[in-house]
Amino acid sequence: MSTTDVTPEAAEAPTGSMKRSGRRFGDSVFSNLSIGSGLLIFLTLAAVAIFLTLEAWPAIRASQEFEGTAEFSLIEYTAPYVFGTVLAAVIALIMAIPISMLIALFISHYAPRKMAQGLGYMIDLLAAVPSVVYGLWGGIWLVPRLEPLYMFLNSTFGTWPRWPGFLPWVGGEPVVALFAGDPTAPMRNLASASVVLAVMVLPIITAIAREVFLQTPRLTEEAALALGATKWEVIKTVVLPFGRSGVVAASMLGLGRALGETMAVLMILAPGATFSWHILEVGRHQSIAANIASRQAEASGVDMSLLIFTGLVLFVLTFIINAIARAIVARSGPKS
Amino acid sequence: MAAPLPITVEDLNIYYGDFLAVEDVNVQIMPRSVTALIGPSGCGKSTFLRTLNRMHEVIPGAYAKGRVQIDGENIYDPRVDPVNVRRRVGMVFQKANPFPTMSIRDNVLAGVKLNSRRLAKKDADELLESSLRGANLWEEVKDRLDKPGLGLSGGQQQRLCIARTIAVKPEVVLMDEPCSALDPISTLAIEDLIHEMKQDYTIVIVTHNMQQASRVSDRTGFFNIAGTGKPGHLIEIDDTEKMFTNPAHKQTEDYISGRFG
Repeated sequence: MSTTDVTPEAAEAPTGSMKRSGRRFGDSVFSNLSIGSGLLIFLTLAAVAIFLTLEAWPAIRASQEFEGTAEFSLIEYTAPYVFGTVLAAVIALIMAIPISMLIALFISHYAPRKMAQGLGYMIDLLAAVPSVVYGLWGGIWLVPRLEPLYMFLNSTFGTWPRWPGFLPWVGGEPVVALFAGDPTAPMRNLASASVVLAVMVLPIITAIAREVFLQTPRLTEEAALALGATKWEVIKTVVLPFGRSGVVAASMLGLGRALGETMAVLMILAPGATFSWHILEVGRHQSIAANIASRQAEASGVDMSLLIFTGLVLFVLTFIINAIARAIVARSGPKS
Repeated sequence: MAAPLPITVEDLNIYYGDFLAVEDVNVQIMPRSVTALIGPSGCGKSTFLRTLNRMHEVIPGAYAKGRVQIDGENIYDPRVDPVNVRRRVGMVFQKANPFPTMSIRDNVLAGVKLNSRRLAKKDADELLESSLRGANLWEEVKDRLDKPGLGLSGGQQQRLCIARTIAVKPEVVLMDEPCSALDPISTLAIEDLIHEMKQDYTIVIVTHNMQQASRVSDRTGFFNIAGTGKPGHLIEIDDTEKMFTNPAHKQTEDYISGRFG
């Protein structure tokens, strides 16, 4: 025997020489395929980034030429859409995260097994509904039904309580500026878009949260029970801390979805381009994605380039959010 | 505290769903002493142990019928809240299971924070020290109380779990093969600790290691099953010395001598 290391291949061959006879064909095909697929991800991402940068370049150039004049400002054009995008997404998350947590905990720790399964399927189904359908449902069915709620919020919190008049910036303004302003029907406002976004990100967050809650080690939960913890105390001391990084990751994934969601926002929101906090007012906000979708068919030249620039901003924004999510997950994992 | 009463188990039948796992246990467990439970795998000794603080029933479908009197109160009375039982009957598990997201300090105080909500800083520090001393761990960890509990060695983690258990001041401490995952030195440390702990607690320990049973316990109970699918029975329980030298039942003798021989 010329070689001393016993490889599995060698062990399989019952007769003949045990020398290495080159790499196995199937092995090399498979490893090359998987390496290629890995590279593909990288290439696609690079291609998108390069495309966005190149195509946005004319707009960036034009902006520099006209700098200081009122004619054309890249920042002025993009900023309100960034504001609208982030505001809608954040409000959607504020609504979706607590409900998702509760549903996930119900499925993982309270519901009988059969019901948990059924509920799990329904959550997955909710995630599979196309956004056009959510757009239709939101625009036609939901918007009129939210009107009484909006009027209530507007009349209850829209004017009261107010900050004391002597304060700078906020003096005399309502404390809860979100519900202030002058809402008018139909309520195609940012709040409605956020509600629909919340429904859309709910299944994503719920599904991931359920998984991480179910992964809580049985032994750790029993440790808490054996100390005399009630069910809620087990969840509070063991399940939630254990699942925290997963929940953060899930929320960030939901945020990514909400930031990029186009169709539902387009179909619900009456657009505007301001920095208004009054989410009940109509025609004040627009998201980057919906703005691109609504204008790109007629845009050309620098206008098109401008839209692509906003797309680049959205791309970078999503990137940053993902990086933050990763950092939080890495930092808040189980200590060891 | 008045002189504690023995734990009295009467006609206890333990089930997993339809399956009768342990049949008809009748036994008295002496207070302030160590009772070891031995027997082959699957004989129901761990299952029985878990009925003493109503941890058995946290497994879906599992339940027990019968009476277990602790301090004269039947813990299987329908009016009894299992949460309150577990606050008085602590448990140490086979595998050390400190809370993974908590520091050493928080691990020890976790149970107390559940039971008595708010704790003054001074009281908390005192309890922390006395519990860790009680678990022979204080000297090893006093300089790193805010480090994660998972950073300790296996034996230290198990003693941390003991500290966490005695911090809530239970009357009874149940131990389910607490040394089975530990090296001989850590095992010795825990056995020494068990010796000290019986001054204050009633201890019931399940062990696969008969030398350990003979070293740490005052009384030993032997569980056995007639075959797979049959329920386990408590064959006999007696003073440890008698059990290991002159057991009343042939089964016990076979088991003990088989393992030693």
